Amino acid sequence: MTSPGELGRAYRDGDVLCRQGEPGDCLFVIQDGEFEVVREEGGKETVVRVARKDELLGEMAIFERAPRSATVRARGAGRALTLDKRNFLKRINEDPSLAFRIIQTMSQRIRELTVRSVELERKLAERPGAGR
Amino acid sequence: MCGGIVSETLVQNLAVEGVSLPSGVVQRGIDSYVLHTDVGTARIATPAAEVRIGAMHRGAGPKDAKGARWESFDHHLQARAIAAGARLVRARVEKVSLDEAGRPRLGTKDGGADTYDLLAVATGVNSSALKLFEELGIGFRRPQVTKTLIREYYLGQDVIDRHLGTSMHVFLLDIPRLEFAAAIPKGDYVTMCLLGEDVDGALVDAFVASPQVKACMPPGWDPEAKSCQCVPAINVRGVEKPYADRFVFIGDAGVTRLYKDGIGAAYRTAKAAARTALFEGISEEAFARWYMPVCRSIGGDNRLGHLAFLVTRIARRFPFLRRAMLRMATREQERRGAPQRMSGVLWDMFSGSAPYGDILRRMFSPAFLSRFLAAAAASLWPRRRAPSATGTDLEISP
Repeated sequence: MTSPGELGRAYRDGDVLCRQGEPGDCLFVIQDGEFEVVREEGGKETVVRVARKDELLGEMAIFERAPRSATVRARGAGRALTLDKRNFLKRINEDPSLAFRIIQTMSQRIRELTVRSVELERKLAERPGAGR
Repeated sequence: MCGGIVSETLVQNLAVEGVSLPSGVVQRGIDSYVLHTDVGTARIATPAAEVRIGAMHRGAGPKDAKGARWESFDHHLQARAIAAGARLVRARVEKVSLDEAGRPRLGTKDGGADTYDLLAVATGVNSSALKLFEELGIGFRRPQVTKTLIREYYLGQDVIDRHLGTSMHVFLLDIPRLEFAAAIPKGDYVTMCLLGEDVDGALVDAFVASPQVKACMPPGWDPEAKSCQCVPAINVRGVEKPYADRFVFIGDAGVTRLYKDGIGAAYRTAKAAARTALFEGISEEAFARWYMPVCRSIGGDNRLGHLAFLVTRIARRFPFLRRAMLRMATREQERRGAPQRMSGVLWDMFSGSAPYGDILRRMFSPAFLSRFLAAAAASLWPRRRAPSATGTDLEISP
Protein backbone atom coordinates (compact mmCIF):
# COMPACT_ATOMS: atom_id res chain seq x y z
CA MET A 1 0.00 0.00 0.00
CA THR A 2 1.48 3.39 -0.96
CA SER A 3 1.65 6.04 1.71
CA PRO A 4 -0.97 8.77 1.36
CA GLY A 5 1.34 11.15 3.21
CA GLU A 6 3.85 11.98 0.50
CA LEU A 7 4.37 15.68 -0.12
CA GLY A 8 5.47 17.45 -3.30
CA ARG A 9 5.07 16.41 -6.89
CA ALA A 10 5.92 12.96 -8.25
CA TYR A 11 8.43 12.69 -11.10
CA ARG A 12 9.15 9.62 -13.21
CA ASP A 13 12.54 8.63 -14.56
CA GLY A 14 13.69 11.29 -17.04
CA ASP A 15 11.03 13.88 -16.10
CA VAL A 16 12.44 17.40 -16.19
CA LEU A 17 12.06 19.78 -13.21
CA CYS A 18 13.60 22.72 -15.02
CA ARG A 19 15.40 23.18 -18.30
CA GLN A 20 18.70 24.93 -19.10
CA GLY A 21 18.14 28.35 -20.70
CA GLU A 22 14.59 28.79 -19.42
CA PRO A 23 13.78 31.65 -17.03
CA GLY A 24 14.02 30.53 -13.41
CA ASP A 25 11.07 31.45 -11.21
CA CYS A 26 11.24 28.83 -8.46
CA LEU A 27 13.51 26.59 -6.44
CA PHE A 28 13.05 22.94 -5.56
CA VAL A 29 13.54 20.87 -2.43
CA ILE A 30 13.96 17.16 -3.10
CA GLN A 31 11.66 15.05 -0.95
CA ASP A 32 12.64 11.65 -2.26
CA GLY A 33 14.77 9.99 -4.97
CA GLU A 34 17.67 11.29 -7.05
CA PHE A 35 17.78 14.14 -9.54
CA GLU A 36 20.67 14.84 -11.90
CA VAL A 37 21.85 18.31 -12.81
CA VAL A 38 22.90 18.28 -16.45
CA ARG A 39 24.75 21.00 -18.36
CA GLU A 40 24.58 20.97 -22.14
CA GLU A 41 27.41 22.50 -24.15
CA GLY A 42 27.81 22.12 -27.90
CA GLY A 43 25.29 19.29 -28.08
CA LYS A 44 27.05 17.27 -25.37
CA GLU A 45 25.59 16.66 -21.94
CA THR A 46 27.64 16.60 -18.76
CA VAL A 47 26.18 15.50 -15.43
CA VAL A 48 27.34 18.21 -13.04
CA ARG A 49 26.02 16.61 -9.88
CA VAL A 50 23.40 14.22 -8.53
CA ALA A 51 21.15 15.71 -5.85
CA ARG A 52 19.37 13.66 -3.19
CA LYS A 53 16.72 13.95 -0.46
CA ASP A 54 16.49 17.32 1.33
CA GLU A 55 18.84 19.03 -1.16
CA LEU A 56 17.90 22.40 -2.61
CA LEU A 57 18.04 22.87 -6.38
CA GLY A 58 17.57 25.90 -8.59
CA GLU A 59 18.46 28.29 -5.77
CA MET A 60 20.39 30.60 -8.10
CA ALA A 61 17.07 31.59 -9.69
CA ILE A 62 16.00 33.13 -6.39
CA PHE A 63 18.78 35.71 -6.46
CA GLU A 64 19.49 36.14 -10.18
CA ARG A 65 17.43 37.04 -13.19
CA ALA A 66 19.62 34.87 -15.42
CA PRO A 67 18.20 31.83 -17.27
CA ARG A 68 18.62 28.37 -15.74
CA SER A 69 22.27 27.32 -15.97
CA ALA A 70 21.46 23.60 -16.21
CA THR A 71 18.66 21.09 -16.68
CA VAL A 72 17.45 19.08 -13.70
CA ARG A 73 15.80 15.72 -14.33
CA ALA A 74 14.70 12.74 -12.32
CA ARG A 75 16.96 9.70 -12.12
CA GLY A 76 14.35 7.07 -11.37
CA ALA A 77 11.18 7.93 -9.49
CA GLY A 78 11.35 10.94 -7.19
CA ARG A 79 9.43 13.71 -5.49
CA ALA A 80 10.17 17.41 -5.14
CA LEU A 81 8.52 20.48 -3.63
CA THR A 82 8.41 23.68 -5.68
CA LEU A 83 8.84 27.08 -4.04
CA ASP A 84 7.69 30.10 -5.98
CA LYS A 85 10.41 32.79 -6.20
CA ARG A 86 8.20 35.79 -5.46
CA ASN A 87 6.54 34.30 -2.40
CA PHE A 88 9.82 32.93 -1.12
CA LEU A 89 11.59 36.30 -1.40
CA LYS A 90 8.69 37.82 0.55
CA ARG A 91 9.19 35.24 3.29
CA ILE A 92 12.95 35.86 3.40
CA ASN A 93 12.17 39.55 3.84
CA GLU A 94 10.01 38.68 6.88
CA ASP A 95 12.43 36.11 8.27
CA PRO A 96 15.97 36.53 6.90
CA SER A 97 17.13 33.37 8.71
CA LEU A 98 15.24 31.38 6.07
CA ALA A 99 18.10 32.20 3.72
CA PHE A 100 20.73 30.62 6.00
CA ARG A 101 20.42 27.15 4.50
CA ILE A 102 20.49 28.50 0.95
CA ILE A 103 23.70 30.37 1.75
CA GLN A 104 25.07 27.20 3.37
CA THR A 105 24.17 25.18 0.24
CA MET A 106 25.80 27.74 -2.03
CA SER A 107 28.89 27.82 0.19
CA GLN A 108 29.21 24.01 0.06
CA ARG A 109 28.87 24.07 -3.71
CA ILE A 110 31.58 26.73 -4.05
CA ARG A 111 33.83 24.55 -1.89
CA GLU A 112 33.09 21.48 -4.06
CA LEU A 113 33.69 23.47 -7.24
CA THR A 114 37.01 24.76 -5.88
CA VAL A 115 38.16 21.20 -5.21
CA ARG A 116 37.04 20.06 -8.66
CA SER A 117 38.65 23.02 -10.37
CA VAL A 118 41.97 22.30 -8.62
CA GLU A 119 41.72 18.63 -9.68
CA LEU A 120 41.10 19.67 -13.26
CA GLU A 121 44.01 22.11 -13.21
CA ARG A 122 46.25 19.34 -11.90
CA LYS A 123 45.05 16.87 -14.55
CA LEU A 124 45.64 19.46 -17.24
CA ALA A 125 49.12 20.13 -15.90
CA GLU A 126 49.89 16.38 -15.85
CA ARG A 127 48.88 15.87 -19.47
CA PRO A 128 51.83 15.05 -21.80
CA GLY A 129 53.10 18.22 -23.34
CA ALA A 130 51.57 20.47 -20.71
CA GLY A 131 53.73 23.39 -19.61
CA ARG A 132 56.07 23.19 -22.63
CA MET B 1 -8.47 25.66 15.09
CA CYS B 2 -5.80 23.02 15.15
CA GLY B 3 -6.99 20.15 13.05
CA GLY B 4 -3.43 18.94 12.60
CA ILE B 5 -2.80 20.78 9.35
CA VAL B 6 0.65 21.96 8.33
CA SER B 7 0.01 24.77 5.86
CA GLU B 8 1.55 25.14 2.43
CA THR B 9 3.77 27.98 3.67
CA LEU B 10 5.01 26.00 6.66
CA VAL B 11 5.65 22.82 4.63
CA GLN B 12 7.81 24.90 2.27
CA ASN B 13 9.61 26.87 5.00
CA LEU B 14 10.44 23.70 6.91
CA ALA B 15 11.67 22.00 3.73
CA VAL B 16 14.01 24.91 3.01
CA GLU B 17 15.31 24.67 6.57
CA GLY B 18 16.07 20.99 6.07
CA VAL B 19 13.02 19.65 7.94
CA SER B 20 11.24 17.62 5.29
CA LEU B 21 8.22 15.91 6.81
CA PRO B 22 8.37 12.16 6.15
CA SER B 23 5.38 10.15 4.93
CA GLY B 24 5.51 8.28 8.24
CA VAL B 25 4.46 11.52 9.95
CA VAL B 26 2.23 13.13 7.32
CA GLN B 27 -0.84 10.92 7.38
CA ARG B 28 -2.25 12.45 4.23
CA GLY B 29 -0.89 14.94 1.74
CA ILE B 30 -3.58 17.48 0.89
CA ASP B 31 -3.62 18.79 -2.67
CA SER B 32 -6.97 20.60 -2.70
CA TYR B 33 -9.79 22.12 -0.71
CA VAL B 34 -13.45 21.42 -1.39
CA LEU B 35 -15.87 24.14 -0.37
CA HIS B 36 -19.32 22.73 0.43
CA THR B 37 -22.33 25.04 0.52
CA ASP B 38 -26.05 24.41 0.22
CA VAL B 39 -25.91 25.78 -3.35
CA GLY B 40 -23.03 23.67 -4.65
CA THR B 41 -19.41 22.74 -4.13
CA ALA B 42 -16.12 24.00 -5.52
CA ARG B 43 -12.83 22.15 -5.56
CA ILE B 44 -9.77 24.40 -5.30
CA ALA B 45 -6.53 22.69 -6.21
CA THR B 46 -2.96 23.62 -5.25
CA PRO B 47 -0.90 25.30 -7.93
CA ALA B 48 0.99 22.93 -10.23
CA ALA B 49 -0.98 19.95 -8.91
CA GLU B 50 1.51 19.58 -6.08
CA VAL B 51 0.80 18.10 -2.66
CA ARG B 52 1.75 21.02 -0.44
CA ILE B 53 -0.27 20.60 2.74
CA GLY B 54 0.22 17.93 5.38
CA ALA B 55 -2.50 16.45 7.62
CA MET B 56 -1.25 14.70 10.73
CA HIS B 57 -2.09 13.83 14.29
CA ARG B 58 -0.74 15.76 17.23
CA GLY B 59 0.23 13.98 20.44
CA ALA B 60 -1.08 10.45 20.82
CA GLY B 61 -3.78 10.78 18.13
CA PRO B 62 -7.30 9.29 18.47
CA LYS B 63 -8.07 7.26 21.59
CA ASP B 64 -8.67 4.01 19.74
CA ALA B 65 -5.67 4.31 17.37
CA LYS B 66 -4.15 0.85 16.90
CA GLY B 67 -0.58 -0.02 16.02
CA ALA B 68 2.03 2.53 15.10
CA ARG B 69 1.67 3.12 11.37
CA TRP B 70 2.29 6.84 11.80
CA GLU B 71 4.51 8.79 14.13
CA SER B 72 2.93 11.84 15.76
CA PHE B 73 4.12 15.21 14.51
CA ASP B 74 5.04 16.39 18.01
CA HIS B 75 7.04 13.23 18.68
CA HIS B 76 8.86 13.61 15.37
CA LEU B 77 9.89 17.20 16.15
CA GLN B 78 10.88 16.25 19.70
CA ALA B 79 13.05 13.40 18.39
CA ARG B 80 14.78 15.80 15.99
CA ALA B 81 15.41 18.26 18.82
CA ILE B 82 16.91 15.48 20.97
CA ALA B 83 19.08 14.35 18.05
CA ALA B 84 20.30 17.96 17.79
CA GLY B 85 21.34 17.94 21.46
CA ALA B 86 18.22 18.82 23.47
CA ARG B 87 17.79 17.09 26.85
CA LEU B 88 14.28 15.78 27.52
CA VAL B 89 13.04 15.74 31.11
CA ARG B 90 9.81 13.77 31.47
CA ALA B 91 8.13 15.30 34.48
CA ARG B 92 4.99 17.25 35.26
CA VAL B 93 5.65 20.86 36.25
CA GLU B 94 3.70 21.76 39.36
CA LYS B 95 5.47 24.84 40.62
CA VAL B 96 7.16 27.85 39.06
CA SER B 97 9.14 30.34 41.12
CA LEU B 98 12.03 32.76 40.80
CA ASP B 99 15.37 32.38 42.56
CA GLU B 100 17.25 35.31 44.17
CA ALA B 101 18.81 36.21 40.82
CA GLY B 102 15.39 36.27 39.13
CA ARG B 103 16.00 33.00 37.30
CA PRO B 104 12.99 30.69 36.75
CA ARG B 105 12.86 27.62 38.95
CA LEU B 106 10.62 24.68 38.09
CA GLY B 107 9.33 22.20 40.64
CA THR B 108 8.06 18.87 39.32
CA LYS B 109 5.56 16.30 40.58
CA ASP B 110 8.31 13.79 41.34
CA GLY B 111 9.80 16.23 43.83
CA GLY B 112 12.57 17.48 41.56
CA ALA B 113 13.47 21.14 41.10
CA ASP B 114 15.79 22.90 38.71
CA THR B 115 16.74 26.45 37.85
CA TYR B 116 16.98 27.67 34.26
CA ASP B 117 18.34 30.73 32.47
CA LEU B 118 15.34 31.06 30.17
CA LEU B 119 11.87 29.53 30.15
CA ALA B 120 10.19 29.23 26.74
CA VAL B 121 6.58 28.34 27.54
CA ALA B 122 4.75 26.38 24.83
CA THR B 123 1.97 24.78 26.82
CA GLY B 124 -0.96 25.65 24.57
CA VAL B 125 -4.10 27.07 26.20
CA ASN B 126 -5.61 23.87 27.52
CA SER B 127 -2.96 23.38 30.17
CA SER B 128 -3.47 24.23 33.81
CA ALA B 129 0.17 25.32 33.86
CA LEU B 130 -0.78 28.79 32.60
CA LYS B 131 -2.20 29.55 36.07
CA LEU B 132 1.28 29.06 37.52
CA PHE B 133 2.62 31.89 35.38
CA GLU B 134 -0.31 34.22 36.13
CA GLU B 135 0.43 33.83 39.84
CA LEU B 136 4.13 34.49 39.40
CA GLY B 137 3.84 38.27 39.22
CA ILE B 138 5.62 38.67 35.90
CA GLY B 139 2.68 40.42 34.21
CA PHE B 140 1.44 37.40 32.29
CA ARG B 141 -2.30 37.11 31.65
CA ARG B 142 -3.57 34.10 29.68
CA PRO B 143 -5.03 34.66 26.18
CA GLN B 144 -8.76 34.96 25.47
CA VAL B 145 -10.15 31.67 24.25
CA THR B 146 -13.21 30.13 22.68
CA LYS B 147 -14.30 26.51 22.50
CA THR B 148 -14.00 24.35 19.44
CA LEU B 149 -15.07 20.77 18.89
CA ILE B 150 -12.88 18.07 17.40
CA ARG B 151 -14.17 14.61 16.54
CA GLU B 152 -12.26 11.70 15.10
CA TYR B 153 -13.94 9.04 12.96
CA TYR B 154 -12.23 5.78 12.03
CA LEU B 155 -13.08 4.96 8.40
CA GLY B 156 -9.96 3.16 7.19
CA GLN B 157 -7.53 4.34 4.53
CA ASP B 158 -9.33 2.76 1.53
CA VAL B 159 -12.69 4.28 2.41
CA ILE B 160 -11.09 7.69 2.95
CA ASP B 161 -9.22 7.39 -0.37
CA ARG B 162 -12.51 6.72 -2.18
CA HIS B 163 -14.77 9.28 -0.51
CA LEU B 164 -12.72 12.17 0.85
CA GLY B 165 -9.56 11.69 -1.19
CA THR B 166 -6.71 14.13 -0.76
CA SER B 167 -8.93 17.17 -0.20
CA MET B 168 -9.69 19.07 2.96
CA HIS B 169 -13.46 19.62 3.06
CA VAL B 170 -14.65 23.01 4.26
CA PHE B 171 -18.31 23.75 5.00
CA LEU B 172 -19.97 27.12 4.64
CA LEU B 173 -23.49 26.32 5.87
CA ASP B 174 -26.29 28.47 7.21
CA ILE B 175 -26.46 26.76 10.59
CA PRO B 176 -27.02 29.16 13.50
CA ARG B 177 -23.92 29.63 15.72
CA LEU B 178 -21.66 27.68 13.33
CA GLU B 179 -18.77 29.82 12.15
CA PHE B 180 -16.68 27.33 10.27
CA ALA B 181 -16.38 23.56 9.93
CA ALA B 182 -13.96 21.23 8.22
CA ALA B 183 -13.45 17.51 7.66
CA ILE B 184 -9.79 16.61 7.33
CA PRO B 185 -8.88 13.18 5.96
CA LYS B 186 -5.85 11.56 7.60
CA GLY B 187 -4.41 8.05 7.47
CA ASP B 188 -7.27 5.89 8.73
CA TYR B 189 -9.26 8.70 10.36
CA VAL B 190 -11.26 11.78 9.46
CA THR B 191 -10.90 14.71 11.83
CA MET B 192 -13.97 16.92 12.04
CA CYS B 193 -13.45 20.42 13.42
CA LEU B 194 -16.27 22.79 14.32
CA LEU B 195 -15.88 26.37 15.32
CA GLY B 196 -18.68 28.61 16.46
CA GLU B 197 -20.46 30.33 19.28
CA ASP B 198 -21.01 28.06 22.31
CA VAL B 199 -20.29 24.86 20.41
CA ASP B 200 -22.50 22.17 21.95
CA GLY B 201 -24.19 18.88 21.14
CA ALA B 202 -27.15 20.54 19.38
CA LEU B 203 -24.84 22.43 17.03
CA VAL B 204 -22.87 19.27 16.24
CA ASP B 205 -26.09 17.32 15.62
CA ALA B 206 -27.33 20.00 13.21
CA PHE B 207 -23.99 19.95 11.38
CA VAL B 208 -23.63 16.18 10.98
CA ALA B 209 -27.28 15.92 9.90
CA SER B 210 -26.82 18.39 7.03
CA PRO B 211 -27.05 16.88 3.52
CA GLN B 212 -23.70 18.44 2.57
CA VAL B 213 -21.84 16.58 5.34
CA LYS B 214 -23.64 13.32 4.58
CA ALA B 215 -22.81 13.66 0.88
CA CYS B 216 -19.15 14.14 1.72
CA MET B 217 -18.92 11.11 4.01
CA PRO B 218 -19.26 7.47 2.85
CA PRO B 219 -22.76 5.94 2.47
CA GLY B 220 -24.06 4.50 5.71
CA TRP B 221 -21.80 6.67 7.82
CA ASP B 222 -23.02 6.90 11.40
CA PRO B 223 -22.29 10.30 12.98
CA GLU B 224 -22.50 8.72 16.41
CA ALA B 225 -19.81 6.13 15.66
CA LYS B 226 -16.97 8.44 16.63
CA SER B 227 -13.59 7.27 17.88
CA CYS B 228 -13.22 10.18 20.26
CA GLN B 229 -14.26 13.76 20.79
CA CYS B 230 -12.85 16.72 22.66
CA VAL B 231 -13.88 20.33 23.22
CA PRO B 232 -10.58 22.17 23.49
CA ALA B 233 -10.14 25.90 23.92
CA ILE B 234 -8.41 27.88 21.17
CA ASN B 235 -6.66 31.21 21.44
CA VAL B 236 -8.71 33.98 19.78
CA ARG B 237 -6.95 36.98 21.28
CA GLY B 238 -3.28 36.78 22.14
CA VAL B 239 -1.47 37.69 25.32
CA GLU B 240 -0.80 41.43 25.78
CA LYS B 241 2.73 40.81 27.02
CA PRO B 242 3.97 37.35 26.01
CA TYR B 243 7.39 37.83 27.61
CA ALA B 244 9.16 38.91 30.78
CA ASP B 245 12.72 38.81 32.05
CA ARG B 246 13.86 35.22 31.28
CA PHE B 247 10.37 34.17 30.11
CA VAL B 248 8.88 33.95 26.64
CA PHE B 249 5.46 32.54 25.70
CA ILE B 250 5.23 31.03 22.24
CA GLY B 251 2.48 29.68 20.01
CA ASP B 252 -0.99 29.39 21.57
CA ALA B 253 0.35 30.26 25.01
CA GLY B 254 1.25 33.68 23.59
CA VAL B 255 -0.02 34.83 20.22
CA THR B 256 -1.34 32.72 17.36
CA ARG B 257 -3.24 33.14 14.10
CA LEU B 258 -7.00 33.43 14.22
CA TYR B 259 -8.74 30.07 13.64
CA LYS B 260 -6.02 28.48 11.49
CA ASP B 261 -2.35 27.79 10.90
CA GLY B 262 -1.68 27.47 14.63
CA ILE B 263 1.37 25.31 13.95
CA GLY B 264 2.66 27.96 11.53
CA ALA B 265 2.21 30.67 14.17
CA ALA B 266 4.03 28.51 16.74
CA TYR B 267 6.90 28.14 14.26
CA ARG B 268 7.07 31.90 13.64
CA THR B 269 6.95 32.88 17.29
CA ALA B 270 9.38 30.13 18.33
CA LYS B 271 11.89 31.29 15.73
CA ALA B 272 11.49 34.93 16.76
CA ALA B 273 12.03 33.94 20.41
CA ALA B 274 15.10 31.88 19.53
CA ARG B 275 16.58 34.69 17.40
CA THR B 276 16.04 37.16 20.24
CA ALA B 277 17.59 34.89 22.85
CA LEU B 278 20.60 34.07 20.67
CA PHE B 279 21.38 37.48 19.25
CA GLU B 280 19.81 40.05 21.57
CA GLY B 281 19.51 38.50 25.02
CA ILE B 282 16.80 37.21 27.34
CA SER B 283 15.83 40.38 29.15
CA GLU B 284 12.33 41.83 29.07
CA GLU B 285 13.69 44.75 27.01
CA ALA B 286 15.21 42.40 24.43
CA PHE B 287 11.94 40.49 24.00
CA ALA B 288 9.93 43.73 23.89
CA ARG B 289 12.12 45.08 21.13
CA TRP B 290 12.82 41.97 19.06
CA TYR B 291 10.13 39.39 19.86
CA MET B 292 7.05 41.52 20.35
CA PRO B 293 6.97 42.94 16.78
CA VAL B 294 6.36 39.43 15.40
CA CYS B 295 3.51 38.91 17.91
CA ARG B 296 2.12 42.37 17.13
CA SER B 297 2.17 41.59 13.42
CA ILE B 298 0.20 38.35 13.97
CA GLY B 299 -2.24 40.13 16.31
CA GLY B 300 -2.77 43.00 13.86
CA ASP B 301 -3.45 40.54 11.06
CA ASN B 302 -5.95 38.71 13.28
CA ARG B 303 -7.98 41.91 13.64
CA LEU B 304 -8.28 41.92 9.85
CA GLY B 305 -9.08 38.20 10.06
CA HIS B 306 -12.20 39.04 12.11
CA LEU B 307 -13.28 41.26 9.24
CA ALA B 308 -12.59 38.51 6.69
CA PHE B 309 -14.69 36.07 8.73
CA LEU B 310 -17.44 38.68 8.97
CA VAL B 311 -17.57 38.64 5.17
CA THR B 312 -17.94 34.84 5.14
CA ARG B 313 -20.60 35.14 7.89
CA ILE B 314 -22.58 37.49 5.65
CA ALA B 315 -22.13 35.10 2.70
CA ARG B 316 -23.45 32.31 4.92
CA ARG B 317 -26.67 34.24 5.55
CA PHE B 318 -27.52 35.00 1.93
CA PRO B 319 -27.77 32.14 -0.60
CA PHE B 320 -27.34 34.47 -3.57
CA LEU B 321 -23.91 35.51 -2.23
CA ARG B 322 -22.89 31.86 -1.94
CA ARG B 323 -24.11 31.29 -5.49
CA ALA B 324 -22.10 34.35 -6.58
CA MET B 325 -18.96 32.94 -5.01
CA LEU B 326 -19.39 29.66 -6.86
CA ARG B 327 -20.41 31.41 -10.09
CA MET B 328 -17.31 33.61 -10.02
CA ALA B 329 -15.13 30.60 -9.34
CA THR B 330 -16.83 28.76 -12.22
CA ARG B 331 -16.09 31.59 -14.64
CA GLU B 332 -12.46 31.61 -13.54
CA GLN B 333 -12.33 27.90 -14.17
CA GLU B 334 -13.74 28.31 -17.66
CA ARG B 335 -11.10 30.89 -18.55
CA ARG B 336 -7.96 29.23 -17.25
CA GLY B 337 -5.60 32.01 -18.30
CA ALA B 338 -7.66 34.66 -16.50
CA PRO B 339 -6.75 35.92 -13.01
CA GLN B 340 -8.04 33.49 -10.37
CA ARG B 341 -9.38 36.16 -8.01
CA MET B 342 -12.12 34.29 -6.13
CA SER B 343 -10.20 31.00 -6.31
CA GLY B 344 -7.10 32.63 -4.83
CA VAL B 345 -9.08 34.29 -2.03
CA LEU B 346 -10.89 31.04 -1.18
CA TRP B 347 -7.65 29.09 -1.30
CA ASP B 348 -5.86 31.47 1.05
CA MET B 349 -8.82 31.72 3.45
CA PHE B 350 -9.02 27.93 3.82
CA SER B 351 -5.37 27.04 3.63
CA GLY B 352 -4.05 29.78 5.91
CA SER B 353 -1.29 30.33 3.34
CA ALA B 354 -1.57 34.12 3.24
CA PRO B 355 -2.05 36.81 5.90
CA TYR B 356 -5.66 37.95 6.37
CA GLY B 357 -4.61 41.50 5.43
CA ASP B 358 -3.43 40.27 2.06
CA ILE B 359 -6.69 38.37 1.50
CA LEU B 360 -8.79 41.42 2.43
CA ARG B 361 -6.74 43.68 0.18
CA ARG B 362 -7.53 41.38 -2.74
CA MET B 363 -11.21 41.04 -1.69
CA PHE B 364 -11.67 44.80 -1.71
CA SER B 365 -9.78 45.47 -4.93
CA PRO B 366 -11.92 47.13 -7.63
CA ALA B 367 -11.34 44.20 -10.01
CA PHE B 368 -12.55 41.64 -7.46
CA LEU B 369 -15.51 43.71 -6.32
CA SER B 370 -16.73 44.50 -9.84
CA ARG B 371 -16.66 40.84 -10.82
CA PHE B 372 -18.23 39.74 -7.58
CA LEU B 373 -21.03 42.30 -7.86
CA ALA B 374 -21.72 41.13 -11.42
CA ALA B 375 -21.80 37.51 -10.23
CA ALA B 376 -24.05 38.49 -7.29
CA ALA B 377 -26.48 40.30 -9.57
CA ALA B 378 -26.64 37.28 -11.88
CA SER B 379 -27.09 34.99 -8.87
CA LEU B 380 -30.29 36.76 -7.82
CA TRP B 381 -31.89 34.72 -10.61
CA PRO B 382 -30.46 31.29 -9.81
CA ARG B 383 -32.21 29.47 -12.64
CA ARG B 384 -30.22 31.33 -15.25
CA ARG B 385 -26.83 29.85 -14.52
CA ALA B 386 -26.35 28.67 -10.99
CA PRO B 387 -24.55 25.61 -9.75
CA SER B 388 -27.03 22.88 -8.90
CA ALA B 389 -28.18 22.26 -5.36
CA THR B 390 -26.67 18.80 -5.51
CA GLY B 391 -23.26 20.35 -6.02
CA THR B 392 -21.15 21.54 -8.88
CA ASP B 393 -17.73 20.03 -8.75
CA LEU B 394 -15.39 22.69 -10.02
CA GLU B 395 -11.66 22.34 -10.15
CA ILE B 396 -10.04 25.68 -9.61
CA SER B 397 -6.37 26.54 -9.46
CA PRO B 398 -5.51 29.71 -7.58
